[in-house]
Amino acid sequence: MQEMANVYFDGKHYQVPSDLTIMTAMEYAGYQLVRGCGCRHGFCGACGAIYRIKGENKPHFALACQTKVEEGMYVATLPFFPLAHRDYDMEEIKPTEQVMMEIFPEIFACVGCNSCTKSCSRGLNVMQYIAYAKRGDYAKCAETSFDCVACGICSARCPANISHTLVGLLARRLTGKYILPPAGHTAQRAADIAEGKFDAAMTKLMAKSKEEMKELYDNRDFEK
Amino acid sequence: MKPKQMTKPSPFTPHMLESIRKVEATRGVRLQNEPRRLSADEKRVLLDEFHPDYGDKGFSKIEIGPNAGEKAPKELTALLHSKSRISGLDLDLNKIDFDTDVLIIGGGGAGASAAIEAKQAGSDVLIVTKLRMGDSNSMMAEGGIQASDKDNDSPMQHYLDAMGGGHYYNKPELLKHLVMQGAEAIRWLESLGVMFDKHQDGTMMTFPGGGLSRKRLHACADYTGAEITRVLKDEVSNLGIKIVDYTAAVELILDKDGNAAGAVLMNMLTGEYLIARAKTVIIATGGAGRMHYHGFPTTNHYGATADGLVMAYRAGCNLLYQDTIQYHPTGTAYPVQLFGALVTEKVRAVGAMLINVEGEAFVHPLETRDVAASAIIRECHSHKLGVDIPGGAGVWLDTPMIEIIHGEGKIASALPGMLRMFMNYGIDMRQTPVLVYPTFHYQNGGVEIEASGNTSRIHNLFIAGEAAGGIHGRNRLLGNSMLDVIVFGRLAGQSAAKAAKTAKIGSLTLNHVKEYESQIAAAKLDTGDISPILLPKYTRDVNFGKFQ
Repeated sequence: MQEMANVYFDGKHYQVPSDLTIMTAMEYAGYQLVRGCGCRHGFCGACGAIYRIKGENKPHFALACQTKVEEGMYVATLPFFPLAHRDYDMEEIKPTEQVMMEIFPEIFACVGCNSCTKSCSRGLNVMQYIAYAKRGDYAKCAETSFDCVACGICSARCPANISHTLVGLLARRLTGKYILPPAGHTAQRAADIAEGKFDAAMTKLMAKSKEEMKELYDNRDFEK
Repeated sequence: MKPKQMTKPSPFTPHMLESIRKVEATRGVRLQNEPRRLSADEKRVLLDEFHPDYGDKGFSKIEIGPNAGEKAPKELTALLHSKSRISGLDLDLNKIDFDTDVLIIGGGGAGASAAIEAKQAGSDVLIVTKLRMGDSNSMMAEGGIQASDKDNDSPMQHYLDAMGGGHYYNKPELLKHLVMQGAEAIRWLESLGVMFDKHQDGTMMTFPGGGLSRKRLHACADYTGAEITRVLKDEVSNLGIKIVDYTAAVELILDKDGNAAGAVLMNMLTGEYLIARAKTVIIATGGAGRMHYHGFPTTNHYGATADGLVMAYRAGCNLLYQDTIQYHPTGTAYPVQLFGALVTEKVRAVGAMLINVEGEAFVHPLETRDVAASAIIRECHSHKLGVDIPGGAGVWLDTPMIEIIHGEGKIASALPGMLRMFMNYGIDMRQTPVLVYPTFHYQNGGVEIEASGNTSRIHNLFIAGEAAGGIHGRNRLLGNSMLDVIVFGRLAGQSAAKAAKTAKIGSLTLNHVKEYESQIAAAKLDTGDISPILLPKYTRDVNFGKFQ
């Protein structure tokens, strides 16, 4: 006999096999998911979930696709949270201390309650990356927020109405574009190709017969 | 990255633990001995016998349409032999809900890249996506993106690797465009703010990979696709491109001249049908993993149900290499909650070997994906040297080797997503190997495209990303999919914007859908189902057995 668990989706009781995830347990219960289901492997943030275990006070925050059901679990899903996206032009903005203040001024209303960190489904130090953003240390903010999957739970918990994931995203874009040293060799190669420097060699290779191509392929050297 | 430390009992069975001891016992010797690469003949024999593509089981014949007489996975054939969702509905095509220059179906990496280019070329752009913008296989690509931008590498070397990897079936003009645009794609992404892994001086870190003769794989830790896709998605928003989410395209609309002119859309939440009219249409609907061809689990996104193939086929486009599927050698085999989830090839690229139950390395870890997957299938089912897991078998991916080769901390820095995924279930991949088995990863083929991302059969219709066929031949190399998504996404956007400037839309029609259905009826093929299915059905039949 399969071991079963008693769980509650949006307050309604279901018995489900105890080795299922919250997501597959919902499907076992009869839900055909449209919202709140994306990559199913923990990368897309579509399936943020908040749960509490019966008899306990503390809420837990998780991705429904990555979390096993537990006995007495009361689950609410958070398929969407209205984040405040701000439009900006990456060519215009620069990684100055002011830029974050101009685009996401609400981060300066952070009261340091740490609710964001406590609610992160990925275990990230969210308040810390917001602090880095506030002081203009975008590289640190980028690094600390890198594993964010944008489930939005932190923003749902934030008393200062911060859209944390968007702050992290801006910091990462600033870092990728302006702070990390540019890859000169990549730009150079792109320019060389555009100028046609590889055209003749490519034409020559493409003119080879399948047999010649096989010969080249089977005997090519490998970089160690 | 510091994953939450958890003290959980070992998740492994006694049989697995005994095998782990054998893996540990051979590790020292294996670290000094790189397994031999297979010869071309050995590879052919292995593929013939063990790769699902090379048998007839699980395939059936397409009976109607441009590919009639060819084989396809039976699940795909069933989609092509099914009725339209709008069958029998007399939709009024004069009631237009969206009127645009360029309609893009799909909000993954290819759709977003196309949208950015089309918008910058001056077009009015509309993206429809059946889930949320960004929800896609692109978001889940972990390993990296190829480009030949190092001194010891060249577009020709990249071409050769991909042509051999694709078994010489790649369409030469398409492959040429892919490799010649590699460095430009990386440069473009860098300019948008994608955080590539770099050395102190800005030189890109590049990694080896299966079938790659050079270290050509660019990465953003093991979140490469997620990092690229979230940046593209943000850029789409910043450019003010209109996105309609939770809205699937269910049929293409043509005009009286047979040119693509829009799509019938359906709100996924309410079922409302909507009409989009467009001067040009780009299909960027992605793959088919959720069709579970040959019964395999999948690494793919929830929405990967071959929608674009079905719509384009009904409208008259032909498919190419629809019978070739890429099984990623290393899907998670255990624990059950992660069954089928991707363990990125980068894990092997940085040193982990594939090991059988006795602790032996049975294949070079960086053979091409079809070869490595076949070797695992052979090890489990023919050699009977797999590790027993509930309901099947798997082999070890010896991840602790990575830390021995590169030093402590390498897994946390290079593979944070993988570490977190397994740690969630009490498996510390720094300390113990992980269990893997091939999983449905990619459709190598798709709707055949031509040099500008267009289809040869329908004007003003473009295909980009995994839905397109021809670039990768019959087996794609790792890191060429993310590159394809960017390069051919951008190309489709540019081509569609250009075509939209001169396109004249005639009166709209869905006659092609009716004609296709009369072919189904004439051939007595009707499956009783409708397609595209839009989402897989994993819901338990709660009323099973309740009816007399």
